Amino acid sequence: MDLRLTAKAAATDAERAAVDEVLGLPPSQWEGGARRARDAHVALGGQAARGRRHLLITVLHAVQEAVGWISPGALDYIAERLTVPPAEGYGVASFYALFRTQPTPGAVVHVCDDLACQVAGAEELCAEMTRRFGREGTEAALNGTGVTWQRSPCLGQCDRGSAALIQQAGAARPRRDLAPVTPDAVWQALTGGESPAPVPLGVLVPQLSRPQLGRVSLLRRLAHVDPASLGSYRAAGGYEMLRRAIALGPQGVIREVRDAKLMGRGGAAFPTHIKWDAVAANPVRPHYVICNADESEPGTFKDRVLMEHDPYALVEALTVMGYACGAEQGYIYIRGEYPTAERALAHAVAQARAYGFLGPAVMGEAFAFDIEVRRGAGAYIAGEETALINSLEGKRAEPRNKPPFPAQSGLFGQPTAVNNVETLLSVLEILRVGGPAFASVGTEASTGTRLFCLSGCVAVPGLYEYDFGVTLRDVIDGAGGVAGGRPLQAVLLGGAAGVFVGPDALDMPLTFEGVRAAGATLGSGVVMVLDDTVAVPSLLRRITRFFRDESCGQCVPCRVGTVRQEELVARLADGSPLGSVATELSLLSDIGHVARDASICGLGQTALSAVESAVKLGLIGRG
Amino acid sequence: MWGSNAREAHPIFFHHVLKGIRNGAKMYAVDPRLSSTAKWADAWLGIHVGSDISLANAIAGEIIQAGLVHEEFIRRATDGFEEYKAFVADYTLARAERDSGVPAALIRQLAHDYARADRAQICWTLGITEHHNAADNVLALINLSLLTGHVGRYGSGLVPLRGQNNVQGGGDMGAIPNKLTGFQDIELDADARMRFGAKYGVPIHPKKGMHLSQMFDAMERGELTCAYVIGENPMTSEADTHHTRKMLEGLDCLVVQDIVMTDTAAVADVVLPGTASWCESEGTVTNSERRVQRVRKAIEPPEGARDDIWIIGELARRLGYDWGNPTAEDLWEELRELSPMHRGMSYEKLERLGGIQWPCPDEESEGTMFLHARLWEEDPAKRGAPAPFHLTVQEDPLDALTSEYPIRLTTGRRLDSYNTGAASNLYSPPLRRKATLDLAPEDAARLGLAEDAIARVTSRRGSVTAPVHVDRTLREGLAFMTLHFPDQVETNILTLDTWDPKSGTAEFKATAIRVEQATREEAAAYRQRMTDPEVVP
Repeated sequence: MDLRLTAKAAATDAERAAVDEVLGLPPSQWEGGARRARDAHVALGGQAARGRRHLLITVLHAVQEAVGWISPGALDYIAERLTVPPAEGYGVASFYALFRTQPTPGAVVHVCDDLACQVAGAEELCAEMTRRFGREGTEAALNGTGVTWQRSPCLGQCDRGSAALIQQAGAARPRRDLAPVTPDAVWQALTGGESPAPVPLGVLVPQLSRPQLGRVSLLRRLAHVDPASLGSYRAAGGYEMLRRAIALGPQGVIREVRDAKLMGRGGAAFPTHIKWDAVAANPVRPHYVICNADESEPGTFKDRVLMEHDPYALVEALTVMGYACGAEQGYIYIRGEYPTAERALAHAVAQARAYGFLGPAVMGEAFAFDIEVRRGAGAYIAGEETALINSLEGKRAEPRNKPPFPAQSGLFGQPTAVNNVETLLSVLEILRVGGPAFASVGTEASTGTRLFCLSGCVAVPGLYEYDFGVTLRDVIDGAGGVAGGRPLQAVLLGGAAGVFVGPDALDMPLTFEGVRAAGATLGSGVVMVLDDTVAVPSLLRRITRFFRDESCGQCVPCRVGTVRQEELVARLADGSPLGSVATELSLLSDIGHVARDASICGLGQTALSAVESAVKLGLIGRG
Repeated sequence: MWGSNAREAHPIFFHHVLKGIRNGAKMYAVDPRLSSTAKWADAWLGIHVGSDISLANAIAGEIIQAGLVHEEFIRRATDGFEEYKAFVADYTLARAERDSGVPAALIRQLAHDYARADRAQICWTLGITEHHNAADNVLALINLSLLTGHVGRYGSGLVPLRGQNNVQGGGDMGAIPNKLTGFQDIELDADARMRFGAKYGVPIHPKKGMHLSQMFDAMERGELTCAYVIGENPMTSEADTHHTRKMLEGLDCLVVQDIVMTDTAAVADVVLPGTASWCESEGTVTNSERRVQRVRKAIEPPEGARDDIWIIGELARRLGYDWGNPTAEDLWEELRELSPMHRGMSYEKLERLGGIQWPCPDEESEGTMFLHARLWEEDPAKRGAPAPFHLTVQEDPLDALTSEYPIRLTTGRRLDSYNTGAASNLYSPPLRRKATLDLAPEDAARLGLAEDAIARVTSRRGSVTAPVHVDRTLREGLAFMTLHFPDQVETNILTLDTWDPKSGTAEFKATAIRVEQATREEAAAYRQRMTDPEVVP
């Protein structure tokens, strides 16, 4: 391996210890260990060493959490251990927002200023943070507080109105999520004071206070299970669906999913059974299954609530998926901003393994399956399934060209199926009630239920579940209507990659076909309500900044187009168009066309849809 | 990869190796140093210099003992297996571990992986051939391929990597003392002699010429008094520079034809400026895989330089023979007439197919991807003579380690430089380091030599001074130098010019040296040398 190690200082003991914690002690001087007699005549490495490349991000996390940044010395040591060129390691470390490649003393507080928090007053919070901890990004050493704070894209706590993620190297809990957040709460968390009481489940999921849920419901267990107890999950019917799946056989499971007409809930609405069948039928082995828990679409928090409060369900559902697809290894890729959910999942996986629900003979059957929880490191694009696969392989989360699709060549080039959390939990419901019964819920083309993340100017924000077929009006009314009874200005459906709809769209049924007919999207189930006081242009500026930040930079139309869009929206919002508003709008439409036609992934293809819909509604760019 | 640092010495070839590795191929590296090639390997076997035969024989013994031989292939296509089997039985894994330093378990693993592989190749370079028993080293590796049938089949084989883009072509064209063009034996092949004689109008005598090492011996005896050197720099590339200089300077007449003013040209009576074969002249080159490719003239040579064909033709004219004014293609057509293995290669076909691997005997043939396929033929007549096993005996390097000369020096190449640097030192690539004596950390510490300290290196033939580079990839007792910068450090003053009688190659890879701190005067002289713009541009 051609490694050019160029760091001036070697890795510190703490950095080496963090790396060795993941990879084990270096077996020879050739992998960065001490020089020993045997090394004179033997060096091993090659495919075996390169085969561990996928641990790169895991190792970077370990160093980040131990010392607070990835130093050149640490990078060299990692490079030697994994035979990854340091330049490539740096390329990965610098790709992800939660890795720092500059020394950062003290704690780093990421304060969400994304859409929902923006509506709830993130600017005031940021002003308070500045008063308390100094200017954004100012190094802790300079301001004397030991706190560096910075703005962050959506942290998935949109119903809480404000949120923060704290990174504190060397602490017992090196990452913590706080919501709602105040400067005091941050200070308390960092100085070991009382943690704020957890938000009650009934507040997170307001529907739980209502007696009856529908026939099919992903939320059905929430009030009844202790997320830390496998026994409690089993008492609530847990692992009966896996038992049923094994009775049906892999093909039987896929048949039920097909009969249920389940469509993926991640945003693309692709029929789930087609993916599963393609992987199951692929003669190339091994197969992999992946749960996409990289929930990063601004305004979305449903998967986080489910993973925090019903983690075993996801473990069981992924096991079912592994069984149906003929995989022996599954991965849950969870975003790095969800430490609480990650802890719940890791515990659930360990418990499931301890009790034989994962391992060489799942439930005593001739079926081996295990799950590894892998953590993202702050990249919206990692939610795109091929980008996620690259990230699992320890690379920059850059989407791949398709074809080949993951079902042909996915993780490590093997047949791979990827589904998001909500889709997988729907499979459990399908097994519980049967495919046809599941299909009878909802409409002809949109079966089952849908989770909606209500945030913004709504009386009772939170996570809601409805049978497909409800209208937008039903959903907003179900959350108590517009807060304070104010007039509705617009609703953002589907998050930053979604579209704005006006009050005239309230009777639109929230089904795949219903929103498509209206030129909208359900996306990840975001319903962000905006009353007449919300300044939509500043939201649009946040959206355009978001896409500029999160474009991975591979495709020129997206890399350049998102910057051009940001500049253009800034000009429109300031009322200083270049030329006329009409020329600006025609430029916007050009950028939109090119980005849609020539980006290889959904990010570029949807990066302009929110702004374009806002223009259509006259929320910005009126002559 | 056995005795080959292809990552640095054959970067183009190695880029294909890397593709194979990316596709999952496994690679073992046998090399005294953990070279940059070995760093890509799944396992590096860091042998003691010159223990190759012991290692190869032990691998064979293990393959035989484990029942992993290709019985059918051995029965049909080889000769002498029983004797070989009995012979290698003495080369146990334990003995190989003792001789080479490599743990027996790893040797065993290599034996099993090689024998069990669906396809396997052994690639080697000068680590095998720059020894006093070079031919035996090669035969020991050939034995392994015969044992396992990893020869004569697609994807398997024996791959000696050629040093330049056209070393193979030079051999093909008759620049081998006992071969006429197309590898036709000058002593044994009467028919070929007839054909060449008829074409040239002079009788061809069944008498082979001398190879380079024999020529120097002949110079020493006073039998060879005149040399015409084309595109070669023996002054610095030959072992034992003191001796070489004496021989070349003692010639009655030395003519050098080259594109740069080499150290050899500096002592020549006549220097003929030739053209750069890759851009200033027409013709063909033949690479390691026997692929003949067209070379086209792209630019005019500088003022005064002449095409090599013209120079040789003009020389003949002055000596009284008019060969006319043949073009490169005319000469190629003559070659096709005389060399059966080139017969089917017209310029047009070479161009159309983008190069052709010989043999290409007729118009229909599109060349031959790999050799020795005959060994797999069902029909004994087509199979031809069986390939013999050779009983190769382990011999230690001639330049023995003693308490007076306790360190083993081996020489090699770096990526950014080429042999004696006659051509490559005209450029200054960003990777280039000055000439150094690379020492293991243990030796450097024991000798009190820090990085960049000036050391005196002494062998039984002479001394040089060089700055020290402490290299963690070297084991205690092993030192390394390149021969790229003879102006800075004349490495070949140290090396032994005893050569293998079968191959004619000197033992560059194994020199016994002593390392000491240089005196103040020696260090000052070295530093003075390094300020000369001729030495360090």
